[in-house]
Amino acid sequence: MEVRVANVRKEFERFPALHDVSLDIKSGELIALLGPSGSGKTTLLRLIAGLERPTKGKIFFGEEDASQKSIQERNVGFVFQHYALFRHMTVADNIGFGLKVRHGASRPSAQEIRRRASELLDLVQLSGLEKRYPAQLSGGQRQRVALARAMAIEPAVLLLDEPFGALDAQVRRELRRWLRDIHDATGHTTVFVTHDQEEALELADRVVVMSQGSIEQVGTADEIYDTPNSPFVYGFIGESSALPVKVEDGQVWIADRPIGLSAPQAPRGEATLFFRPHDVDLVDECNGCIAGTVAASRRVAGTRRVELEIGGERQRVEIELPVDHPAAQKTRVAFRPRRWKLFPAA
Amino acid sequence: MTTAPAKAGWRFRQPSVIPGFGLTLGFSLAYLTLIILIPLSGLIWRSAALGWADFWAIATDRRTINALEISFGTAFIAAAVNVVFGTIVAWVLVRYSFPGRRIVDAMVDLPFALPTAVAGIALTTLYAPNGWLGSLLAPLGIKVAYTPLGIVIALIFIGLPFVVRTVQPIMEEIDKEVEEVAATLGANRFQTIARVLLPGLAPAIVTGFALAFARGVGEYGSVIFIAGNLPYKSEIAPLLIVIRLEEYNYAAATAIAAIMLALSFVMLLVINLVQTWSRKRYG
Repeated sequence: MEVRVANVRKEFERFPALHDVSLDIKSGELIALLGPSGSGKTTLLRLIAGLERPTKGKIFFGEEDASQKSIQERNVGFVFQHYALFRHMTVADNIGFGLKVRHGASRPSAQEIRRRASELLDLVQLSGLEKRYPAQLSGGQRQRVALARAMAIEPAVLLLDEPFGALDAQVRRELRRWLRDIHDATGHTTVFVTHDQEEALELADRVVVMSQGSIEQVGTADEIYDTPNSPFVYGFIGESSALPVKVEDGQVWIADRPIGLSAPQAPRGEATLFFRPHDVDLVDECNGCIAGTVAASRRVAGTRRVELEIGGERQRVEIELPVDHPAAQKTRVAFRPRRWKLFPAA
Repeated sequence: MTTAPAKAGWRFRQPSVIPGFGLTLGFSLAYLTLIILIPLSGLIWRSAALGWADFWAIATDRRTINALEISFGTAFIAAAVNVVFGTIVAWVLVRYSFPGRRIVDAMVDLPFALPTAVAGIALTTLYAPNGWLGSLLAPLGIKVAYTPLGIVIALIFIGLPFVVRTVQPIMEEIDKEVEEVAATLGANRFQTIARVLLPGLAPAIVTGFALAFARGVGEYGSVIFIAGNLPYKSEIAPLLIVIRLEEYNYAAATAIAAIMLALSFVMLLVINLVQTWSRKRYG
């Protein structure tokens, strides 16, 4: 089902956690809310679930205004980081819970509930564990049970709050692929929260980057990585280096020298230059380039990362060099960013 | 890797590498022997001196049976009432913050601290036919003081903190997320409490019940003031023991005591087994 978040604001005891957030989620989409802690991503997820009420604004499920509905009526599947399984119930009872608490004619028979539970257990690859208690399962298995329980009610939208946050790296990667498969098989509209950009970029159809209670950028992994639209996104997604520069006569200047980048569209004045450490061309003759002395150097897998001190301000940036580059301490290195972006200084 | 074949029968669970297992186990056993086992075996030994026929005569005496029935019956009812009441009190203390919460919290412990005789006298004054509450209940034909109902009320007073204090910490640990998940799955508040929260609290509630019940069975001070102590009607077993002692009939006193001991032990053992079972299941 489509979910539309319209101008939602949320305050906790007058402290704003979300400012005027709007977001359209398409039906059947797998979308990631990505941001550092405190960015409001979990608050947004809980608002969609109905676990919190917006201070202002509305949330639509399809055409219906869901903000008027109680949590129970919204029919959302929610999965918590720490599983929140019912300890005293078997795996099958956990999964069947949402069906068992229904009233009257909408409640399936006990036999039907059992059948649904074992069907879902097959889907999450835990067949045969119906009779186990949560305490007898590993973390990864518990999270699968939690997901099966959420899917049992045929939710309008599936909401996952840091679903893999409590698991170790290997299980995490495994479950990530598995979640993508399940999503492709079932087609539930799914929103998940994560602070792990690798997870978000790899798994989601679209990524929503959030910071300080606002949405910074919404886009596919390629859009987010290749064309970040704010200094925050440039700095948060992937690796980046930033340098304070000046724009004059359509040229980018550091101190009193142009560095060979032309920016005819950019407004005059102070700005910050962003580029990726691996997206640079080394130049021999510094005739319009950035030059600095090597301050630190470290080996990262197949390449070498060096920190350069630029100009009199000794501004530090990181760039990537080939392993065989003879850059030692105090060597002068000159380079020019291949791809870069300017943001006016705040 | 080879593993040693499992030995038949049970073994000590392998203690951790931290030393002190022998010392602490030895200390515990010595302590329990000195404080609990020796006095209790003295009791059994004294009542055994009575001979089987005499023991049986005392045990099946109408007055003894009635006293035991009253003691165990009232303690059971009071503990059952406390389970409901105490769980609600604990819920209010854990879940809500209101002015005076700390004071209410402290008040729960009062029955622990108050001399039980004081409680008994206070309750008797309140519930006597001419007392504050007694005079309101008398026209309705309800007599509290000097009846088993009075005993139940005294035991409810005495047992309340046991239930509250065992349930409260477990309730504080309840994960809010478990309730939220139940709500997203469509459970209303009542279903969440009945199907999700209470089953999780069950082991703690059973413990609280056991403690309140055990305390009620042995309670003397508060009960004798409000019970009226009519033989066959509102006479509790501990009082009957004291009466026998005052008659210098030590054998009869120890015989009744031994019966109480055996009954209490069996009931607490059963409760313990229930708990072990539920812990094993829910981890």
